[in-house]
Amino acid sequence: MNGKLRNRLIATPYTIWMIGFIVIPLIFVVYYAFTNDSNAFTVENVISFFNPIHLKSFIQAFKLALISTIICIILAYPIALIFRNSKTKKSSFVVYVFILPMWMNGLLRIYAWLTLIEKRGVINLILTSLGLPSINIVNTEIAIILGMVYDFLPFMILPLYNSLMKIKDETLNGARDLGANELQVFTKVIFPLSIPGMVSGITMVFIPALTTVAISYMLGGGLFLLIGNVIEQEFLTTANWHLGSGLSFVLIIFIFIVMGITNNFTDKDEEVNII
Amino acid sequence: MIRKILKNTYLSLILLFTYVPILVMVFLSFNASKSRVNFTGFSLKWYQQMLSDRNIVSALQNTILIALLSSIIAVIIGTMAAVAISNMPKKKRTIYLGITNIPMLNADVATGISLMLCFIILGKVIPFFSSLSFWTVLIAHITFNIPYVILSVLPKMKGASRLEYQAARDLGATSSQAFFKVVLPEIMPGIVSGFMLAVTMSLDDFIITHFTRGAGINTISTLVYAQVKRGLNPSLYALSSVMFVIVLIILLITNFVSNRNEGN
Repeated sequence: MNGKLRNRLIATPYTIWMIGFIVIPLIFVVYYAFTNDSNAFTVENVISFFNPIHLKSFIQAFKLALISTIICIILAYPIALIFRNSKTKKSSFVVYVFILPMWMNGLLRIYAWLTLIEKRGVINLILTSLGLPSINIVNTEIAIILGMVYDFLPFMILPLYNSLMKIKDETLNGARDLGANELQVFTKVIFPLSIPGMVSGITMVFIPALTTVAISYMLGGGLFLLIGNVIEQEFLTTANWHLGSGLSFVLIIFIFIVMGITNNFTDKDEEVNII
Repeated sequence: MIRKILKNTYLSLILLFTYVPILVMVFLSFNASKSRVNFTGFSLKWYQQMLSDRNIVSALQNTILIALLSSIIAVIIGTMAAVAISNMPKKKRTIYLGITNIPMLNADVATGISLMLCFIILGKVIPFFSSLSFWTVLIAHITFNIPYVILSVLPKMKGASRLEYQAARDLGATSSQAFFKVVLPEIMPGIVSGFMLAVTMSLDDFIITHFTRGAGINTISTLVYAQVKRGLNPSLYALSSVMFVIVLIILLITNFVSNRNEGN
């Protein structure tokens, strides 16, 4: 058996799987997006993404995801810097600390936040016992942002940390020897070199936040329909697969445009080293 | 000095933010009342009840079974694929990697609905898919797990160079001997981390399971989602606390073992 044939044989299971469960499902989405109940061609489902109601849930999701992503960058950067500079031999410690919570069911962790932020929740209990005014954020946009930041922060910390770890001490010392002060070392050396990590962090936070179903449902008390919730309803509640597929189609196109743009900034041969 | 205090305060605050919900859950699992607001005393009853609640036990079984089965199958298919992809001509390789990236980059909700549509339409032709079931969830999880395995193994294939494989062949090994005795040990770390990633992703998935599950098939995630409106059964807190402690112990042991290996 020659090598080429053998290689094709080894690839076969995945080739079949890939076509059957990645490519064909997407073709079905496109098919449903561009047809109606009587299987006739229509662009109505796709265009209805831009209906005021649907557009509103997309814009709201976009806004919340954007705010959450920015907060994640602000919170994660110092953490990544501290861990880089601390030079602990146990760099895996960082990874464990932030991966560990992921092993506890994500929906349960989000649900636990309800207990904390409710009107009579733990945080208000502490605030009132200190004589401070209580907060009322449950079922608001703030609660959803909180949930997004909480759920996706590790996905910003880890790639940032990885990109900072790649900067050699010699590089920083070189900049200092050439007369750069600490601020300049940061703005001219560290920050530019951390951009690839930051950009992969942005995509790993922004896209899941934009398309979340569970966080808005649990912390928004059902008052907020983000684009993910709308698509879920079209499939599971109203069973309008054509409309649901039309909305998903536009969303997928949007995601791939975002990916196409950010791809220019990330390391080409970055390994997946979350664990 | 001040800098150090600032650093430590900041780290502590972020760790607090990360672990507070988990502490809350562990705390509530010992709460005598079902309320998530009032703590009425210490009790172990949710721990006793969790293994007698049929919904929870079956959700737990499904969650673990799907995580393990999907990760094992994804490791087999994904490792074979990674070996093949590393030997492909550039153009073909780009196509394979492009498609492999789709489930990782795409929104989970889109992956979920696309698989749901696929299963239901296939069900009209192939009896196996005639209704959504445990198996459709398993197939969905394998589908989103394979890319993680491929992308963990592929970089190791660059290291396990053709030269070593070729050397083994020149020394008289059959191609399968050369693979299992030379290449496989070299790419093992990639396979292990791919497996761990796959298990993590599978355990944590909600939305893809939500769309592809059959009636009555629940994982812990979908069970939680279904119970949110009327309040969670505190046995779920108990169950999660137990799982968390088990994972913590496993991680501490593996960390300890790998540190000791590095030491030697």
